[in-house]
Amino acid sequence: MTTNVIGSPLQRVDGRAKVTGAARYAADFNQGGQAYAVIVGATVGLGRVTGIETAPVEKMPGVVAVITHRNAPRLPYAPHKSYIDPATGERLHVLQDDQVRFYGQPVAIVVADTLDQAERAAAALRIAYTAERPLVDPADPKARPVVPEAGKQPDARLPADTARGNADSALADAPVKVDEIYEIARENHNPMEPHATVAAWNGNRLTLWSKSQFVVNEQAEIAAVFGLPPENIQVICPFIGGAFGTSLRTWAHVTLAAMAARQVGRPVKLVLTRKQMFFMTGHRPRTLQRMALGATADGKLTSIVHEGTGETSRYEEFMEALTSVTSFLYSTPNVRTRYRLLPLDIGTPNHMRGPGEASGVFALECAVDELSYKLGIDPIDLRRRNEPAIDESENKPFSSRSLMKCHDLAAERFGWSRRLPEPRSMRDGRLLVGMGVASASYPAFHAPANARARLLPDGTAEVEVAASDMGPGTYTSMTQVAAETLGLPVERVRFSLGRSDYPPAPSHGGSWTMASVGSAIRAACIAVQEEAAKRPRDGRPIEATASAQRDPDVAARFSMHSFGAVFAEVAVDPDVGTIRLRRAAGAYGIGRVVNPRLARSQCIGGMIGGMGMALMERTVLDPRDGRPVNAHMADYLLPVNLDVPQLEAHFVEEIDPHVNALGVKGLGEIALVGMAPAIANAVFHATGKRVRSLPIRIEDVLTV
Amino acid sequence: MLPFTLEKVTSVQAAIAAASSGRRFIAGGTTLIDLMREEVEQPAHLVDINALPLSEIRIEGSDLVIGALARMADVAAHAGVQRLQPLVAESLIEGASPQLRNMASIGGNLLQRVRCPYFRMHDAPCNKRTPNSGCAAIDGLNAGHAILGTSNHCVATHPSDVAVALVALDATMQVRGPRGERTFPVEELFRLPGDTPHLEHTLLPGELILAVRIPGGPDSRRARYLKVRDRASYEFALVSAAAALDVEDGVIRQARLAVGGVGTRPWRLRMVEKALIGKAPDRKIFETAARLALEGARPLSGNHYKLELLPRTIVRALEMTGEAA
Ligand SMILES: Cc1cc2nc3c(=O)[nH]c(=O)nc-3n(C[C@H](O)[C@H](O)[C@H](O)COP(=O)(O)OP(=O)(O)OC[C@H]3O[C@@H](n4cnc5c(N)ncnc54)[C@H](O)[C@@H]3O)c2cc1C
Ligand code: SF4
Repeated sequence: MTTNVIGSPLQRVDGRAKVTGAARYAADFNQGGQAYAVIVGATVGLGRVTGIETAPVEKMPGVVAVITHRNAPRLPYAPHKSYIDPATGERLHVLQDDQVRFYGQPVAIVVADTLDQAERAAAALRIAYTAERPLVDPADPKARPVVPEAGKQPDARLPADTARGNADSALADAPVKVDEIYEIARENHNPMEPHATVAAWNGNRLTLWSKSQFVVNEQAEIAAVFGLPPENIQVICPFIGGAFGTSLRTWAHVTLAAMAARQVGRPVKLVLTRKQMFFMTGHRPRTLQRMALGATADGKLTSIVHEGTGETSRYEEFMEALTSVTSFLYSTPNVRTRYRLLPLDIGTPNHMRGPGEASGVFALECAVDELSYKLGIDPIDLRRRNEPAIDESENKPFSSRSLMKCHDLAAERFGWSRRLPEPRSMRDGRLLVGMGVASASYPAFHAPANARARLLPDGTAEVEVAASDMGPGTYTSMTQVAAETLGLPVERVRFSLGRSDYPPAPSHGGSWTMASVGSAIRAACIAVQEEAAKRPRDGRPIEATASAQRDPDVAARFSMHSFGAVFAEVAVDPDVGTIRLRRAAGAYGIGRVVNPRLARSQCIGGMIGGMGMALMERTVLDPRDGRPVNAHMADYLLPVNLDVPQLEAHFVEEIDPHVNALGVKGLGEIALVGMAPAIANAVFHATGKRVRSLPIRIEDVLTV
Repeated sequence: MLPFTLEKVTSVQAAIAAASSGRRFIAGGTTLIDLMREEVEQPAHLVDINALPLSEIRIEGSDLVIGALARMADVAAHAGVQRLQPLVAESLIEGASPQLRNMASIGGNLLQRVRCPYFRMHDAPCNKRTPNSGCAAIDGLNAGHAILGTSNHCVATHPSDVAVALVALDATMQVRGPRGERTFPVEELFRLPGDTPHLEHTLLPGELILAVRIPGGPDSRRARYLKVRDRASYEFALVSAAAALDVEDGVIRQARLAVGGVGTRPWRLRMVEKALIGKAPDRKIFETAARLALEGARPLSGNHYKLELLPRTIVRALEMTGEAA
């Protein structure tokens, strides 16, 4: 029986639970007798703790414990590195010494009977420091770039330096050039749900109800931190209220919650404040990029030089794919990329939706736009003239590449033909109108994953994976894959995720969940059917576990990426400089679309994220002590409903037999990539002013 | 949050009596509770005034009278307000968010505290929060701060939108305290920071705002509010302007102009008004007059753009008075 569930716009299977409040998030798992913990953060940006007056606070009502580096247990912190952790450096060892490495770093944790008592005690705790001025501004001349250790090998996943041909001399010889610096502000993920952990010990066993995009790694990391076998730790996270990457890593607060619970001998609940989420749980690093393009007069790219630098902490080298797309997006014989890190006195950055690619593509796609004006060639036409036949960086064919189809489809739906090429030539009444376009790309990753499927005697099926659903609709899409594979209606399939004792899954990021977990579920469903065929029906459940991963031979033969094209129209007020996105349309080639309703929702959300990056989002640090001054939802600007216009997402028909058995390439990240440069290019088209620093604000376009 | 008592009152008299003994009024609580959560405000006793009969909106002749407890959302949606004083409605709609406007009262709006980020940070000096502790903003990040009316002690802008409109319209406020009732221009409610930035308003201890009265005039219907900011809603003004023009036979008879986002209090610009009167309402005239707004302006390290944005906002708001809302 084929049910054609894959490809149908099934409504979210967990929608009802979410809107009725039945869905339980980490902080909802209150435990009997639990105490409440509040983290006290350093009020200096660099220095040492010299004194902590714990005694008066310990006497405050309800206070159960005040834990500082002086009385905290020395934790084993056995070596543990997942691929989600920076390859070089060591995680923050929390409350293990008197050093302050960045503003807001936890220096104490207060535990009390009620949240209110804990908050008041935390506010009353007096701490003395010796302080130095931290270095927090990447543009500060004292900031010294370093070559990322993990990028030094030529076969590194994110090589620090790559080259083909001779890009510098080709650039020098090029008749037409663009050579500019692009800058992107630090951004914080700011999901709705705050980070939260409820920790409960039972002897040497620990249960963590904890917001996580990677429950099996949280289990492994906490096991390593406390020197316990991983099977002693259970991590549970059935629902996530948005994350955008901030819960990929296991941050210090999880250790603190577990430490506090052990210290006080009670379950402990710890929820971060919104403010703490601006410095304790990672951020999109500030980046500075030089992008230089050389071209012939008829628009053939002869050289690309891309030098990008991202900030990192002093104790870990956070790397992202800042320069990766540059090597294969266009056909050109000469490319040189360089990726450097700038260690600063800040917490370690981490992946934020579309990490690296979103930032790198901003520079590349703005530079290409600048080149199109210099050449007097339509920006889409310029891209078409440089469309490669293969991935020239690896000399491999693409498993599929629909970039120009995306441009054609989105251009038509958007009405690109109505655009007048001249900047500042289009108006709507008083307003300056501009249209911009950009390409987008993101790798089609696939990580090994496992799944368990169980056929029950009542004709229903259960499927379990230690995966996560931070909002894209994983519950729903995986139910579709299982239902289709098993030939069952979706109502008879129950998919569960978010427990570390389920078959392990990779982190819920990198747009690889559909490919990885989906393939594992498909394999488990096939395996359980085979098992059923072998066994007589005896009224007992039939179970099978299977894993799936990409065939290494196929992986070696093809370059695998998603591609897309994004179009944006802005209106700029010529008097007061307000910039409004009026509409946007994107088209994406992402292989098979498992659920068009979810896919569209993913794209709209990603585009709004890209809009935030282009026009609003920026965490501002006070250079005197590294504190974020706008760590507040009223001050850190994100698009609100009134800002978001009609957004269209289209999918080109794309059959990719190579990526995986499901033919899916992933969608979460690419939807953000490309939006920011499309908007920046539209702002230029509207105003004639090129702003190369994100976010673009009123003050940037006031003077032309 | 520190513990506090909460007492409900049902008469104006009881409210005033309670406040005279050091209690604080609470209306919508949208700003007071927020600051209490962060222990910036630390009242030990609150008097809930929401049951007082002060939420009426009435029309008396050409005047509009708005009770102190009328909610921002209700005032903005009121047909009489929209007809008689569209500027007031427009300035309210541009403020805060729908959720906040449903709770927030007009009286509370006028007394809201500043949005300077350091004001909320106990680990930063702030003369307004802790007198004589210093000002973190003057040498810090101050892109949102004021260029007019600042002192060496405080440079925070007054954040209210509707206050800008009320000051432009010569609205008055009716207050009652232990020593009886008085009426004075809304403009006089706000103090300059000087060397006492912790003192923000001129209400006497125990005084309760009863109502705001807005006189109608020939210019009321040619009055507009322009709020300039980086997103469309839920953001305080970078610069805003409330403008009203009475134009007869192609000549400006009367002009009203106040601006927000640039002053330490809602900033009336009488020099600019004077420069407009007797002239034709055209862009050149507006531009020349708007330059006068910068007199005495003192930009900080991060807000030079306001010198450019302020006159542009004024010009545009003046132009808008000739356009339908
Ligand atoms: C995130 C955020 C964004 C905002 N954005 C904007 C904006 O863009 N524009 C804008 O104009 N405002 C904005 N506001 C401010 C908002 O308008 C005010 O919080 C609101 O108007 C206060 O009214 P309330 O009734 O809640 O006051 P409360 O919080 O109850 O009280 C505020 C103060 O007024 C005193 N008070 C209240 N009523 C009286 C009275 N009748 N007599 C004497 N004293 C009284 C109280 O004692 C207290 O000191 C924003 C607020 C927030 C929290
Ligand atoms: S500007 Fe005023 S409110 Fe801000 S820190 Fe200085 S004194 Fe405090």
